[in-house]
Amino acid sequence: MQQSYLLSVLTFLPVAGTLALLLLRDDDHVWIRRLAMTTASVEFALSLLLFRGFDAHAAGYQWEELRAWIPQPPIHYHLGIDGLSLFLVVLTTLLTPISILASWNSIDQRVKGFFISLLVLETGVIGVFVSLDLFLFFLFWEVMLIPMYFLIGIWGHGRRIYAALKFVLYTMFGSILMLVAILWLYRITAVAGYPTFDVAQIQALLTNGSVTLPLRTEYLLFGAFFLAFAIKVPLFPLHTWLPDAHTEAPTAGSVMLAGVLLKMGIYGMLRFCLPLFPDAARQFAPYIAVLAIIGIVYGALVAMVQVDLKRLVAYSSVSHLGFVVLGIFAFHQISIQGAVYQMLNHGISTGALFLCVGMLYDRRHTHLISEFGGIATPMPVLAALYLFSCFASAGLPMLNGFVGEFLILAGTFQKHANWASWATLGVIFSSVYLLWSYQRVFFGGITQDKNGMLPDLDKRERGILFVMAALMLWMGIGSTFFTRRTEAYTQNVLQLMHRPQAYNAGGGRTPGTSSKDFDHAPVTPPGLSSAAYRGVTDSVKLK
Amino acid sequence: MFPPIQDLYRIAPEIVLCGFGMLVMLLAPVVPKGRHGLLAGISVAGAALALVSTFFPATHVGVAYSGLIRADAFSLFVHWIVCGAAFLAILGSIGYLQRDDLDPAEFCALVLFATAGMGVMAGAHELLTAFIGLEMSSIASYILASYRRDAPRSNEAAMKYFLLGSFATAFFLYGIALSLGATGSTHLDLMTPLANDSAHTLLKIGLGFIFIGLAFKVAAAPFQLWTPDVYEGAPAPVTALLSTGPKAAAFALALRIMASVDAAAPLWFWALWVAAALSMFVGNLSAIVQTSVKRMLAYSSIAHAGYILVALTAAAATDHPEAGIAAALFYLVGYALVKMGAFLIVAHLGGPGERHVDIEDFTGLGRRQPALAACLSLFLLSLLGLPITAGFLGKFYVFNAALESNLIWLAILLALNSVIGSYYYLRVIVAMYMREPAVEIAVEPVPWTLSAVLWIAAAGTVFAGLFPARIIDFAAKAALNIR
Repeated sequence: MQQSYLLSVLTFLPVAGTLALLLLRDDDHVWIRRLAMTTASVEFALSLLLFRGFDAHAAGYQWEELRAWIPQPPIHYHLGIDGLSLFLVVLTTLLTPISILASWNSIDQRVKGFFISLLVLETGVIGVFVSLDLFLFFLFWEVMLIPMYFLIGIWGHGRRIYAALKFVLYTMFGSILMLVAILWLYRITAVAGYPTFDVAQIQALLTNGSVTLPLRTEYLLFGAFFLAFAIKVPLFPLHTWLPDAHTEAPTAGSVMLAGVLLKMGIYGMLRFCLPLFPDAARQFAPYIAVLAIIGIVYGALVAMVQVDLKRLVAYSSVSHLGFVVLGIFAFHQISIQGAVYQMLNHGISTGALFLCVGMLYDRRHTHLISEFGGIATPMPVLAALYLFSCFASAGLPMLNGFVGEFLILAGTFQKHANWASWATLGVIFSSVYLLWSYQRVFFGGITQDKNGMLPDLDKRERGILFVMAALMLWMGIGSTFFTRRTEAYTQNVLQLMHRPQAYNAGGGRTPGTSSKDFDHAPVTPPGLSSAAYRGVTDSVKLK
Repeated sequence: MFPPIQDLYRIAPEIVLCGFGMLVMLLAPVVPKGRHGLLAGISVAGAALALVSTFFPATHVGVAYSGLIRADAFSLFVHWIVCGAAFLAILGSIGYLQRDDLDPAEFCALVLFATAGMGVMAGAHELLTAFIGLEMSSIASYILASYRRDAPRSNEAAMKYFLLGSFATAFFLYGIALSLGATGSTHLDLMTPLANDSAHTLLKIGLGFIFIGLAFKVAAAPFQLWTPDVYEGAPAPVTALLSTGPKAAAFALALRIMASVDAAAPLWFWALWVAAALSMFVGNLSAIVQTSVKRMLAYSSIAHAGYILVALTAAAATDHPEAGIAAALFYLVGYALVKMGAFLIVAHLGGPGERHVDIEDFTGLGRRQPALAACLSLFLLSLLGLPITAGFLGKFYVFNAALESNLIWLAILLALNSVIGSYYYLRVIVAMYMREPAVEIAVEPVPWTLSAVLWIAAAGTVFAGLFPARIIDFAAKAALNIR
């Protein structure tokens, strides 16, 4: 197969854009914005090329790129996408230009740094989604922290420094343990005679039994990976950084944070926790599900009593992502489909809510619900689009949220009816907090004189929200476009969770014992011809 | 008798360093006071030439002077670190010396002599030779620490350093004496205990004393007490040198002893373990509460000594110490680049008399001096261990070595400490970019010498972080050739 460079281009184009930005004068705000917007738009257009030639029925990785990088320990520059990462990449490339547009006028301090941070963030996030080497994955995972840290810390609101530090420290804590786990996993493969960081290779080694993990090791490895991802998602007791980060971040930061950064945690669970450590995943699933349900209900209840509109949307994220985690750990194909779908939905609809809140903030410089009231009169267009986003977020049929929630609940119900019934509470509560807050902000008489003269959305803002609204509608009625392409992945992930019988038989759960039963043919990642792979490994050895 | 020419080849870097040091001292009275910048230039050339002259030991691998010195890949690697550190330190301090009106001649000569001592430590294969190297580097360092003669802090630092350092050297020397009694030799490869009852115990005590001496030199807890005061009080360029070169040399010596003396590794294992854990926690927890960036970086040095000690512990834990040694060497490269850059930036920003080294003085630096702030951020992020920097890969290799030796708990402690550490490094970045300036500080232009050093350090940090293949390959080769 001819190697294509599209994924590399997608990953590093934003960095190229930042280099170009560096050449511009600091106060040349107009061109800085234009250049950033151009980069992000080109990036989005290129990412659409991914659909061309994407085989919806293939379970393996596509658009693969493989190159030797560091010989000792063997680390490869290995990129590739499947049905799971395809849409996440496109979601990222879509939300970046939208974030840039959303901050067109609201960012007027240190404009250059802002757009550089945003573009570097895009590189980091895309890198996370397309990396198929654990080392590379971790590298992008950490690199993306810094631009987000700056976005919150420099361009954020009141307690921005506190929020930024909290965000970084939480994430660092989880990810450094993940690094230890990655290296431990590498040691296990090395002891078995197949040293590798390659996700596909490790997957193959574990699935065909060449490498076996003792149960305790599997639990610990799962725990380390899961903790990192659960902090990122965030799952219930680890969520406390999220409201602060969201509330203090500038609009673009919130959109990226809710839209794609949180998805990195979900992505990690689906990519690593389930297929690599299935026994541990099964073992811990009930506890995780309980946490997810607590998150759903608790997030919704806390969202209800918020006085700050942005904090309300942030807590709604906790609730919505609880659904996603629940769907994953129900281990039903439909619920996982729903989880993948809901993750995209959440990116769009919560992103849209944050954009709306940001537009209100641009006009009034406050997020407090009590400062508003009757806004629908001066701003009918915003009111309509905000309501649309609320409906999408609350899961009104015909809009995207419904499809995701329905799939998750339907799948979960078939496996664990009680989980699904508890989670349904979240659906009810979500309409309560969204519509109640909507009512207080937009309906009724105008409570404050300042609000009476607020200008409605301008062309730019309308454009942004129309795009989002169109997507919500499309994802609500044309969902097969998405599910058709994620189906192969969701089937595959459940298949990977089933290890061959020989693997568990005969007490073979100690490292190395069962590897003797299998021939020592080098393991080839799916999707690449073994000749191509051997070519690379040979060239590594030659160095 | 004149030594054979091969032996001279094997100590070529030291000859160059000492030669240039003496040249500078001889020229100092002759060259008029106003032209002393020239001498600094000569010293920079000397350090660069010493780097180049490592070509000779590289092409004449083997022992010199009947086994006192060894020229091999390991000593070569450490030579590059210490000579490189000297080169950067001298080049980077030219502007500082000029600004604070300090005489560059003696300063540069002392740096060169100290570096020669470190080179001897790197190549030493016999304990008394190592002791001579240690003393050469220490005595020069004591004087350098007091180089701002009229500043009380600088004198205090030098006095403390001298007193405590002498104690440590005494321990080291006593250890050598006891080991000699136990083994009948000070040659590292001949140090097996004699066949009598007390020899084993004696050797243990001796090696224990040697460990204490070296632990002092690398600023490992619980022998770290001198570090913050000395690093804070000494002129910042001297601190830059102290926290890189001598540390690398002392670690190299410890590794050499561990690899060559059979009794050392098992005896030192727990000592290393405890010292590593203690250093990490003491360094990081104390660094959190500091208000002076210089002092914070001093505590961070202790923490980083702890990280490197984790690699040493990993090396001590197995019969195949290569991974641990290579990890320590790689870490030292990245660490030296970064600490050098960070302390030199502090030296510059401190202004005349180094009065502005508090975090408060760094507020708003992102706007005042964006290039310097960006460099310092890069260095801090490397110390923190974020990817695409040398610091991350260093930590990665240390983790890898620790897990290879099944030191899972130490690896987890290292992980926890990385998180603690991130707090105080980020605090400086917060001050630089996210807070409004608390004080008005005049912007001083960066002299070209300093910006050259910073460019080298920054480029090296990123390069080693992205393309570590050659460095780690060579470190692995050095680890294989250590004995």
